[in-house]
Amino acid sequence: MSLFTKFLGASTALALTAGAAMADPAVIFDLGGKFDKSFNEAAFTGAQRWAEETGGSFAETEITSDAQREQAIRRFAEDGYNPIVMAGFSWGTPLATVAADYPDIKFTIIDSVTDAPNVRSVVFNEHEGSYLVGMLAAMASEDGTVGFIGGMDIPLIRKFACGYAQGVLAVNPDATVIANMTGTTPAAWNDPVKGSELTLGQISQGADVIYAAAGGTGVGVLQTAADQGVYSIGVDSNQNYMQPGSVLTSMLKRVDNAVYDAFSAGTDVEVGLQVMGLDNDGVGYALDEYNEELITDEMKAAVEEATAQIASGELMVHDYMSDETCPALDF
Amino acid sequence: MDLLALFDIAVLDGTVRLAVPLLLACLAGLFSERAGVFDIGLEGKMLISAFFAAAVSFETGNVWIGLFAGIASSVVLSLLHGLASITFRGNQLISGVAINFFASGITVIAAQAWFGQGGRTPSLSGDARFDPIVFPGALTKIREIMKADWGMKVYSELLSGHTIIAYAAIFIVPLVWWVLYRTRFGLRLRAVGENPGAVDTAGISVQRMRYSAVIICGVLTGIAGAYLSTGIQAGFVREMTAGRGYIALAALIFAKWRPWYALGATLLFGYLQALAIRPDILERAIGIKVQTQVLDALPYVLTVIVLAGFVGKAIPPRAGGEAYVKER
Repeated sequence: MSLFTKFLGASTALALTAGAAMADPAVIFDLGGKFDKSFNEAAFTGAQRWAEETGGSFAETEITSDAQREQAIRRFAEDGYNPIVMAGFSWGTPLATVAADYPDIKFTIIDSVTDAPNVRSVVFNEHEGSYLVGMLAAMASEDGTVGFIGGMDIPLIRKFACGYAQGVLAVNPDATVIANMTGTTPAAWNDPVKGSELTLGQISQGADVIYAAAGGTGVGVLQTAADQGVYSIGVDSNQNYMQPGSVLTSMLKRVDNAVYDAFSAGTDVEVGLQVMGLDNDGVGYALDEYNEELITDEMKAAVEEATAQIASGELMVHDYMSDETCPALDF
Repeated sequence: MDLLALFDIAVLDGTVRLAVPLLLACLAGLFSERAGVFDIGLEGKMLISAFFAAAVSFETGNVWIGLFAGIASSVVLSLLHGLASITFRGNQLISGVAINFFASGITVIAAQAWFGQGGRTPSLSGDARFDPIVFPGALTKIREIMKADWGMKVYSELLSGHTIIAYAAIFIVPLVWWVLYRTRFGLRLRAVGENPGAVDTAGISVQRMRYSAVIICGVLTGIAGAYLSTGIQAGFVREMTAGRGYIALAALIFAKWRPWYALGATLLFGYLQALAIRPDILERAIGIKVQTQVLDALPYVLTVIVLAGFVGKAIPPRAGGEAYVKER
């Protein structure tokens, strides 16, 4: 009997190691959906890039309601996927519950911090990237008035707004920054009509560069800015192509890199907090054939200098989420 | 305190743009509900029309064909609602909810399968969207308008520069009033919503009257949806109606199911939405900073006040919500 137990134990261990060695990674998208042209799509792009480069395969799922979060994580964990990457700040609470039940599986959460021994938390310094596009906005503005249009009014979006305002004021201390939020419900991420109206409202207050951090609502902002002949700034993914010549630049948030890194590290993914900022190409601004004529060498030089200063820690951009206040903007 | 600031031209201009889809959807609901068919599927019908209008406009390059495609898709959903609630005497609210869910899902799936751009259509340009109609001599860019004098502002911003649907919407209200109160069809339609038994006794088909009403409802929501995606926007984005169908329903109750009141209610709700865009103007006008959420909530608050009977009484059509069963 004892021999049998040992044999059984050995075979189980073998099976487990075999399973672990062959474990595929998995990625879970947030409610915005895999093809949101922005945040989730960036996560998908990163996973896809890993699959193409390594020839590996990965599992993915998209949830349709908040109630499915815990279930989705457990499902992948039970099936032995490792590591499991989830994109979106809303995963924080369910992951905190689930992580302890699967100590052998590594989890990666993007945009939120979960304190557990088997979780890597990736957060982005959106305020740094927004600071750079704020500088560009102030330099491109003729009248010294620029706008910001956020999606849902949550601390994360205020972080974008606050970094942006600091960048604007760094270039032009007399500049006016007009900030509006689209709404307080998730519908605010998909209301391009209101985005357009907000854009018109800001233009009539004198704004000539408008930064949209608003998901699908931003489509309306970019469109109206193009129709009215003012500049706009895209967010998360590179949106320069959407209205060529009118989109001044885009604030890039390299969610794809975060997913790619986690997938490449596989089961050896390093746990703990990982901050993606300007120093490790986590955030930045987009420069491509669509906006190369809009960004002058002078602007480029100023932004490069600020990038170096922020990366080296010489210049500190205030993070709204650190103390829920903003020195440059009154919400 | 500068109460005149409340009548800022930019806000009034925004009111017109935002009130048009509400007005069309509200009048659509008015037809349906006056005939005794409750319709909470206005939102879904606007959404599906917004999608098909944008998709077909993009494919054909002609916004008018897009408009008709939008109207057709909305009428199909209307007929589905009619089939469930008139022919099969199902619960009208449940059918309406089902239409909303169906439209919300199918538009994203169809857009993804069709264009592969993540549940949206490509941006429309040129003849594929309704261009603003610019009056002779009017300015088009807001930055130029802001520098012009008051008369020019009114002319360029408030009067000129809307799409043809917005101008047409002005004439729809008297037309609806005339149809409802001055034609035989309108009398029968209203009667069907109050006392279908009496209409049936007079030898008029209740089912036919109600089907006509839901088809008219589909046409109007179709125009409203097409206005969103091809008039004030240049393309479809998932869930782009963002609750406007529900606000239109609230406006319908606020207007006590009457066409001219509907114009007033939707203009008021549109104005509140436009004012919420410009918190700076409100602050200048009343001297204190008001959270925009208050303005966003006001349409619903006002509707509840009306429903509670504080401002007159809102009495829905008596036979509303009930399927008509012919006595044997």
